[in-house]
Amino acid sequence: MRDLYARFGGGLATIFLTLVLVWLAAMVLAPNLMMIDYALRPNLPPLQQGEPQDVRSLDNFLYLANEGVHRAIFLKTIWASALVAALTLVVCYPIAFWMAQRATPAQLSIALMLVIIPFFINEVLRTLAWFILLAYRGPLNAVLQGIGLIDAPIRWQGNGGVLAGMVYAYILFMLLPIYNAIESLDKSQLEAARDLGAGTVRTHRRVVIPHAKAGIATGCVFTFMLAAGSYVAPALLGSPGSRWFTEIIYNWFFEGGDWNRGAAYALTLLVLCLAVVLVTLRVFRVNLTDVAK
Amino acid sequence: MTADRIFRGLFVLYLLAFVAYLFAPLLIMGVAAFNTSRFPTVIPWQGTTLDWFSAMWADAAMWKALWTSAIVAVLVVIVALPVGTAAALVLTTLHSRARSFAYAVMVSPLLTPGVVIGISTLILWRQVGVGGGIALIVVAQTTFIICYVMLMVMARLQRFDRTQEEAALGLGASRLMVFRRVLLPFLRPALLASGGLAVLQSVENYNTTLFVRGFETPLTVFIATKVRTGLTPAVNALALVIIAATVIGAVAYEVARRRQVTRQPRS
Repeated sequence: MRDLYARFGGGLATIFLTLVLVWLAAMVLAPNLMMIDYALRPNLPPLQQGEPQDVRSLDNFLYLANEGVHRAIFLKTIWASALVAALTLVVCYPIAFWMAQRATPAQLSIALMLVIIPFFINEVLRTLAWFILLAYRGPLNAVLQGIGLIDAPIRWQGNGGVLAGMVYAYILFMLLPIYNAIESLDKSQLEAARDLGAGTVRTHRRVVIPHAKAGIATGCVFTFMLAAGSYVAPALLGSPGSRWFTEIIYNWFFEGGDWNRGAAYALTLLVLCLAVVLVTLRVFRVNLTDVAK
Repeated sequence: MTADRIFRGLFVLYLLAFVAYLFAPLLIMGVAAFNTSRFPTVIPWQGTTLDWFSAMWADAAMWKALWTSAIVAVLVVIVALPVGTAAALVLTTLHSRARSFAYAVMVSPLLTPGVVIGISTLILWRQVGVGGGIALIVVAQTTFIICYVMLMVMARLQRFDRTQEEAALGLGASRLMVFRRVLLPFLRPALLASGGLAVLQSVENYNTTLFVRGFETPLTVFIATKVRTGLTPAVNALALVIIAATVIGAVAYEVARRRQVTRQPRS
């Protein structure tokens, strides 16, 4: 604090501090505290608010725990998000390794450009692209039928569509951290492994993956978090049978009209995401400072 | 050795499949904008047309959505740039142990799911009687966009030589003048870049915006609603225009940055 004033003088330092404190207090802290308060209170008409029955309890959370459909969707969202992270990892790992260790500088700069361009494009538009590709009378079904792989069109919308769209949407968040991690691996280690007789699989398992552990953890955490909190992909690519937890939350707010329950659900999602992030980072000994790059 | 060659061949195939995976959906979406078919697709091709572009151009709701997004983006930049810069300066000047805690708090919005930011903002402001609308969209979006600005400014600050400030002070400049004439010019590239990023983040945001939009319809909401209520290739035409604009913008930025780097070589 004193350093700040010494460096910028009273006026500027006060302005900086005020801006930051207003941001943290009014935009970061207060909304979350109010959400917690909301989540603990029952949903009452305005006149009864503050009356004796307006007491804090865990009822809204218990409702989620006891309502079978919502609980199932919550659990499904968790494991499906983990599946998205795992699939994205499988898709990205070979590419990341190739980019970091095998590609020539020219190939690398082209590859980087190719993976980054799609991610400058709006997530809604990317999802729209998948919506069109996977449509019942869309190009994918037409091609598959054309080459005789399937007899009748497949209804991709649903779990499969959501999965495909999400893996696509989060590739970059997985690819870049892993690429950064593998890039710092000394080539001589790979050669040493080879000279000592290790095959491709073994080299990866014993040398590359342990080295890239932090990058892999970072990529997985981000992908999981983005997937669990995603709304576009399930809304556009899903079907009534593949509802996502965020859609349930949305319904509490704009269709069910019970903001308190919605807040409890949102808080559950937030706690889940933060827990996954913090535990993973702790287990893999990654620093928060390295993650946010 | 043959096993090696097979492996290498397989990998090249995988690489090609990966590139196809990245671009085929976008390509199909773009090309479908030129198909006469009422539902956007490329098979069957019913004839080439530019009608969907004029349909998009004539859509008043689209212009309104674009306008809403533009206003929001401008306001977001106006709020996020100063606050993000202040946050970066405060954080890099802090020396105490409080720093890592402050850092964790300041990047926490990036670790919060977008829908939760939208929801908590909505709930807080309802207490003071403010409902969803442009103001709340701006508030909710800046909450996390400030983090991006902060991180980009911090990255630039790491290469700043504080002796420049001392030299200016020694030459008799006031602290305000040092800030305006030494630090701000140094931060200029980072501020421009984070301004661009802020616009991009703001315009493309959907998860957070959805909850605080009230009766406003920004561009992403407009597109998502179209997909569910009546998708025609006019939406593809719009998508194609947006994609072209984003890619041209990104390339122009990159070219400008490289030119800057070659003009004033700095490590």
